[in-house]
Amino acid sequence: MASPKEQPALSREISQGKDRGGTHTRQPGGALSCRLIPESVPMAQDSAEDLQQTPLYQRHMSSGGRIVPFGGYALPVQYPTGIMAEHKWTREQAGLFDVSHMGPCFLSLTQRSGDPAADHAAISAIIEPLICGDILNLKPGQIRYSLLLNESGGTLDDLMIARSPLFPGGLYIVVNAGTKEADFAHIEAAAGKRARLERADSAYALLALQGPEAVNLMAGLIPEATDLGFMTYAAFDWGRDKVFISRSGYTGEDGFELLVNADEAEALWDVLLADPRVKPIGLGARDSLRLEAGLPLYGHDLDETISPIEADLGFAVSKRRRDAADFPGARRILAERDGQLIRKRVGLIVEGAPAREGAEILDGAGTPIGVVTSGGFAPSLGKAIALGFVPPEHTAIGARLLVSVRGRAQPAEIVPTPFVPHRYFRKFV
Amino acid sequence: MTTKFTPDHEYIRVEGSTGIVGITPYAQEQLGDIVFVELPVVGKTLKKGDEAAVVESVKAASEIYAPVSGTVTEINPALSKEPGLVNADPENAGWMFKIAITDANEVETLLDADGYSELTL
Repeated sequence: MASPKEQPALSREISQGKDRGGTHTRQPGGALSCRLIPESVPMAQDSAEDLQQTPLYQRHMSSGGRIVPFGGYALPVQYPTGIMAEHKWTREQAGLFDVSHMGPCFLSLTQRSGDPAADHAAISAIIEPLICGDILNLKPGQIRYSLLLNESGGTLDDLMIARSPLFPGGLYIVVNAGTKEADFAHIEAAAGKRARLERADSAYALLALQGPEAVNLMAGLIPEATDLGFMTYAAFDWGRDKVFISRSGYTGEDGFELLVNADEAEALWDVLLADPRVKPIGLGARDSLRLEAGLPLYGHDLDETISPIEADLGFAVSKRRRDAADFPGARRILAERDGQLIRKRVGLIVEGAPAREGAEILDGAGTPIGVVTSGGFAPSLGKAIALGFVPPEHTAIGARLLVSVRGRAQPAEIVPTPFVPHRYFRKFV
Repeated sequence: MTTKFTPDHEYIRVEGSTGIVGITPYAQEQLGDIVFVELPVVGKTLKKGDEAAVVESVKAASEIYAPVSGTVTEINPALSKEPGLVNADPENAGWMFKIAITDANEVETLLDADGYSELTL
């Protein structure tokens, strides 16, 4: 088993490595023992010391979570009921996730002018040059999904950016676990002395409550939070302090993400789990849920070479920014938007064995045309699904392609994503 | 009739010159929900340690190796429609393939039940 440091990204752990797309290398000790036993027994002392624990680590242990190294953290890949049951529970009831390994932070102006609009414009002017989204026109409390880009239009990370509802000139930002050190450094470098980045990834825990029952649970815990519309957040009194709650998630379901002080994390976890509608959900089901929802995973479906247009995330390139062409890689990204595209992310339903990350995608004649970047079994659909990249001429819905699994070509069909319809809470005002 | 085990968590139940191969209860529990099983073709000749089958869980694919050398004589047809049998009943209904054993001495080199259970403590 690779050491935790060699497994920075989420699904490297979840899908268990890139070696399984086509080629299966036999590892010393045999496949099953190599893949399974290290996950199931307490980790060797030396590797455990390298791993950070979230404030909920003891809860995962006492719930029987199978702990794996993930993005430098010791986190549960599943609980005793298993990924399939956890996945279905989240779609039908409510799942509770510990996502404290993620990178939440607050970015605030060093000096406020006293004019709220001017202060928001000033903080927007700091973050916008790094991303392709419109932050300037966010309303207080509104969240936007965006992409941190490099100068060639590739993706450094995908992230959530929200305008603070509490004070002008403040943003709440959540980045991915595996990229957070680099992201924070990148944002701080851009901010210079104009703004201060306050990390919230160790002083706080981040919980996600997802599923159709999430709103009913919240109604019993913090009723005001049920007024939040999809992709908005606010601060609420709970326990001894404030909890930052957003109506968002990574499962395609309605739900909430809760940023809570680390010393109150266990109490919040416990009160949510005390309700029979809630079960704890591990990283395994988190991955299968987001895959069904067609949501990309950084390091797999997105990386430094992949642009927002290639990743089919054109919606994240805001109109105002397109018109101004003032974001990193704008020339490439705008040309791709006009059709000069060499590859595009698609969804595939695969017949037979799941096609995992790295599996080749072939055209009907058997010529390699692309690669699977995420793939697995979809518990809600009972079949194998995948995300991958192919040239634009092969992206028509219904197109019949092939994927190579262990050297055998299996039929696959291009389908729209999400594979399972989103059920976000849409508020009509 | 005797059942032997590999350190890779396969079992082989020997009945005369035939072995019935599957994965242990411990292995199925560690793998989690099996969603797909790929079996060898009948007639395939395997050497001890060759990749013989693949089990896919929601999150990963795992190879199953031939515990001994031999020729595949039968596969479990139920697993194509009901791969979950490997979870529900790994040692009986969830068997994977039968193999005509080439060299009975190879069986002797495998772990017995006590030796295997020590591995999974």
